[in-house]
Amino acid sequence: MSITYLEAIRAAQAKALADDPRVFIYGQDVGAFGGAFKATKNLAREYPGRVLDSPISEDAMVGAAIGAAIGGMRPIVEMQYADFSLPGFNQIVNNAAAFYWRTNVPCPITIRLPSGGIAGGGPYHSQSLEAIYAHYPGLVVMTPATVEDAYSMLLEAVAIDDPVIFCEHKHLYNHLKAEHLPTEAMPTGKARIARPGRDMTIVAYSAMVHDALAVAEELATEGMEVEVVDLRSVKPLDTDTVMASVARTGRLLCVGEAWPWGGVTAEVIARVATEGFGLLDAPPQRLNAKDTPVPYHPSLWAVHRPTTQSIAIAARNLIRL
Amino acid sequence: MAQTIGEVSSFRDTYLKAYRGMLLARVLDDKFASLYRTGKIAGGVFLGRGQEAFSVAAGLNLRQGDIFAPLIRDAAGRLAFGETIFDAIRTYLGSAAGPMRGRDGNVHRGNPRAGYLPMVSHLGAMVSVVNGALLAHRFKKIKGTVGVACLGDGATSTGAFHEGLNQAAIEKLPLVLMVANNQYAYSTPTSRQFACEDLVDRAVGYGVQGHSFDGNDLTACLKIVGEAIESARRGNGPQLIVGRLLRLCGHGEHDDSNYIDPLLRTVGYGRDCLKLAEEHLLKEDWADQTLLDAWRNECVHEIEEALATVRREAGPDPYSEDWSALSSRHLIEGQNQ
Ligand SMILES: Cc1ncc(C[n+]2csc(CCOP(=O)(O)OP(=O)(O)O)c2C)c(N)n1
Repeated sequence: MSITYLEAIRAAQAKALADDPRVFIYGQDVGAFGGAFKATKNLAREYPGRVLDSPISEDAMVGAAIGAAIGGMRPIVEMQYADFSLPGFNQIVNNAAAFYWRTNVPCPITIRLPSGGIAGGGPYHSQSLEAIYAHYPGLVVMTPATVEDAYSMLLEAVAIDDPVIFCEHKHLYNHLKAEHLPTEAMPTGKARIARPGRDMTIVAYSAMVHDALAVAEELATEGMEVEVVDLRSVKPLDTDTVMASVARTGRLLCVGEAWPWGGVTAEVIARVATEGFGLLDAPPQRLNAKDTPVPYHPSLWAVHRPTTQSIAIAARNLIRL
Repeated sequence: MAQTIGEVSSFRDTYLKAYRGMLLARVLDDKFASLYRTGKIAGGVFLGRGQEAFSVAAGLNLRQGDIFAPLIRDAAGRLAFGETIFDAIRTYLGSAAGPMRGRDGNVHRGNPRAGYLPMVSHLGAMVSVVNGALLAHRFKKIKGTVGVACLGDGATSTGAFHEGLNQAAIEKLPLVLMVANNQYAYSTPTSRQFACEDLVDRAVGYGVQGHSFDGNDLTACLKIVGEAIESARRGNGPQLIVGRLLRLCGHGEHDDSNYIDPLLRTVGYGRDCLKLAEEHLLKEDWADQTLLDAWRNECVHEIEEALATVRREAGPDPYSEDWSALSSRHLIEGQNQ
């Protein structure tokens, strides 16, 4: 058996619906159609009345999820693309995120954001918004990079009492496969050493983990052992694991597909520079998308985000510093 | 005061109850205004003067199990829905014993477990939250409940209002949207807010039932709000209620409201609903001036006592505050290390 990242997301939702009658799914075209990416395929048939098509009203979709959660339900909201969560931004950050702190009543909602770039996605179907959501207190922001994490973290997202922004990467949907789904999982909030190494650390998350691993393979043939840390969730951010890795390697490159300004890579570098300055043998580096909207043409897009080539160049430069 | 017909006698009781609720809200609001002027309240104070009849009708027609999402001018509705004077005062004074524990204040208060939703500042946002709470009732097969969301005329210009009303209509939810058209949104007159004749025209566009009336007249408020809430309860889908009235104060206590057109105070809906209700009580011989004075004194006394208690309560302690926004302790950074 082999299962894709997308199928893992569907399987997690099926399990959540099966295990807990409080769970329901709400989003555009998620019903009989099965979702724009088919992440809810067959679920409306298998769980009648619990997979609801919403109007194109992201603000109201999130608002209704909040109200339902207060009323004892566990809604999963599918945004058709991460980009379209922005009309619902107000409800997410000003209502859901603040709710528990204000009232002492939890707001258990999960918002799935099909994130990141795919060729031809263009400016409005390729955004990575984890940093802006992580900026707000009261949200958990998950960024799974593997099939196993997509499955187990989505189940955890539904199970915990807080609002979760679940950033699933569109490029991984059908590219990534695993032999089977995990029965036991690494908890959210712990970063994973995706590949051990002694010469430098690359911190990445979501799809960039795979590019970082490819670069590590390549650099191994040149005699450099690169350690790759997969953050898994950007909030909470596992500073300890990052710091321990930097303590081993003395060098840090942080790679993110999102824009550079005030993003996750900036946060990681800031933490390492302030808390682990003495561990560093060279200035910490970061690599992000270009600071422009995401371009449409595949050849522009491919270079807009970090690539195995640009990561490898940055890594080689850092080793020489 | 012959009470031969049951309905007449019960309407009289309802009217008296509503009037006393309005009066309590008015006296409480006046107290908040004076606390504000003497610097005892941090932040703003927002009053419901002139809207008590409309607001109280919402609270009185709701029952346990219903959902209520009031806004800034709904002191009367809040109290009628069951909020205590204590919780109102505690929130304004930031008492740690209050429902918001000093973390949120003034009108941003509620008790979500009791169906009383605490507003966020962002206008229109609570409409879809009420929808969601009603959806939860549907999922849990709880029948016969309704949800009321209150809005001002200005809030009907937000996307959230339109999305929320449309969503409720699609799902045929028992949502009652109460729009207090008090002629101004802060200083902006309705002519700069919408171009349709009456906000109730929106109802047709969304396929919901609409009701428009003089929101100053307590009899009309009790009757029409009561009927609309009943209609929603019976499964007739969302109801849009528009009450025409006038805000008899500034937007907040910091605002002298000198932009309000004085002519508006001369029209029917520009009068004070509390005064009108008093005139009605006297005319029907349901109360006399001595009784009205006694009721007011009771309100003043009750509020002064509650205030004296709350003023002795501690505020939140910034040094013992845990400063974490998540309920999942294991996901709070730094907590499990
Ligand atoms: C989305 C949003 N924009 C702006 C504000 C600032 N604001 C607070 S109350 C208000 C006027 C509201 O007018 P209306 O809805 O008519 O209610 P009223 O105050 O008249 O009762 C404004 C502009 C806000 N709270 N929310």
